[in-house]
Amino acid sequence: MTSNPPTDGIHLATEFLDRSTPASRIRHLLLRYPALSPAIVLLIAVIIFGLLNERFLLPNNLSLIVQQVAIVGTVAAAQTIIILTAGIDLSVGAAMVLSSMVMAQLATEAGGLPAAVALVVGFLAAVGAGALNGALVTRLKLPPFIATLGTLNIFIALTLLYSGGQTIIGADLPELLTWTGSIIDIAGVRITTGVLIMVVLYLVLAFVLGQTAWGRHVYAVGDDKDAARLAGIPVTRVLMSVYLTAGAILAIAAWLQIGRSDAAGPNAAVDVNLDSITAVVIGGTSLFGGRGIIWGTLLGALIVGVFRNGLSLAGVDSLYQTFAVGVLVIAAVSIDHWIRKAK
Amino acid sequence: MTDREPVMRAERLVKTYGRVVGLDGVDFELMPGEVLAVIGDNGAGKSTLIKCLTGAEIPDEGDIYLDGKKVTLSRTQDARALGIETVYQSLAVSPALDVASNLFLGRELRRPGPLGSILRMMDTPAMRRRAREELTELGITTLQDVTVAVENLSGGQRQAVAVARAAAFGSKVVVLDEPTAALGVRESNQVLNLIGRLRERGVSVILVSHNMPHVFDVADRIHIQRLGKRATVITPQSHSMTDAVAIMTGAARS
Repeated sequence: MTSNPPTDGIHLATEFLDRSTPASRIRHLLLRYPALSPAIVLLIAVIIFGLLNERFLLPNNLSLIVQQVAIVGTVAAAQTIIILTAGIDLSVGAAMVLSSMVMAQLATEAGGLPAAVALVVGFLAAVGAGALNGALVTRLKLPPFIATLGTLNIFIALTLLYSGGQTIIGADLPELLTWTGSIIDIAGVRITTGVLIMVVLYLVLAFVLGQTAWGRHVYAVGDDKDAARLAGIPVTRVLMSVYLTAGAILAIAAWLQIGRSDAAGPNAAVDVNLDSITAVVIGGTSLFGGRGIIWGTLLGALIVGVFRNGLSLAGVDSLYQTFAVGVLVIAAVSIDHWIRKAK
Repeated sequence: MTDREPVMRAERLVKTYGRVVGLDGVDFELMPGEVLAVIGDNGAGKSTLIKCLTGAEIPDEGDIYLDGKKVTLSRTQDARALGIETVYQSLAVSPALDVASNLFLGRELRRPGPLGSILRMMDTPAMRRRAREELTELGITTLQDVTVAVENLSGGQRQAVAVARAAAFGSKVVVLDEPTAALGVRESNQVLNLIGRLRERGVSVILVSHNMPHVFDVADRIHIQRLGKRATVITPQSHSMTDAVAIMTGAARS
């Protein structure tokens, strides 16, 4: 609830009469703080799974969940900024795999490039993928769903053509490429470098989205494109920069992916496309754009990770884990609809 | 007011859309610090005229002068850069953003020092403070909390936010397109008061409206548009509402 001073009490009372019921008050609270509902869900899930199985809350198990979440979490960060502009990107997973194959293949002995150069070229491949999506959306004015459905197939085909369908194992790769999988010890808790990179990425994105004019413009474009344009925001440029930034984030995800699986394969991470959208949606970001918060996405990715891990520790069949994720998505979208009715 | 230079002037504006003539040689003058209403029947060229004056359309012929200097307005940004702000009928506010963010949308303030110059961090406290000052100065007392999302405001309050944004940045000319069309009686009065306050601040206002009582209530002069031309300019003192409607519809000559 807002902290209106009671100076204009009668007027405000008539203005906000619909807020007086508890349900609508909760609705406005959730509308104002979109990360609140996923945070509550995560907290409840952790408590319940902790009670169901004592191994769940062991530091090493929690660390494992976070490691499992790091790649989807990173891809979902890219997905979030696109969904904030009322877009969607079906090609994120394919672009990530393409980028990881470019990095790995160039860095092998056959590729012959220094590891750092291979990393940079793979990074540029992901940014190029983002640029293609951005150009299709801003220049050809294609709906993002259609544009990225097309590029999804293109990137998959390019990956297979380029790699010849071969997986490159970690032993054939220079240390720099698998560095993201290395273990670091923070006060007795072991996490991977990749997890740390993801956390830093989220901190940077939270700052950029929340504290800079660019971030505000991303929200404004997703909220009401015409209003943004009339307010003098260069809508096309903002959209293009969002797709380029998403590409750069996917390159980071590609690097994390190589470290995590200690390999680079053209068929890796097939689920990551839809998982990233799942994380964004569970995290409270609206698919209609303009509403949501980056931390919600991290919470959403963690919720999925916690459910999968907790259910499997409780001895539940993995098919039911997928079932549970499906229920979560529908519940999250229903809550979003209910919250949006509040205005 | 007669011997002063107009703040904005247009001569013989022509704009055609294919075979349809939108503007057929319109002259236009806006004096400093006045509220000039533009009225006219549907299809008389009201909105085309306004679009040409705000850079949303480029006239085929004719010249536009601002403070006596000829200007070319090929985009709305050009007009805004010259101090011509427009409040569109469709209310160009971003519903999910709060009041302060909307007031500063597209021209956010940055923190002083390296936080602003290197990290490009916005100065949210300063924007909120200045938004509050601006609203107070315009007498918009019903908006106490500038951190409320615009979608939670009433129609009149939203209109107030849109007008405040147009007036906030030292603009010379504020164009209001049907600002009271969607509002109730009480809220319309608030917006009319707001227009009066803009005039007190020395801002020149162009008010496009269908609502005769509102026009006669607040306007200093009334530009009547008919068949793509300026039929005449009257004042609320020289003519009655019935006269104005008669000129508008062609039942009477000016």
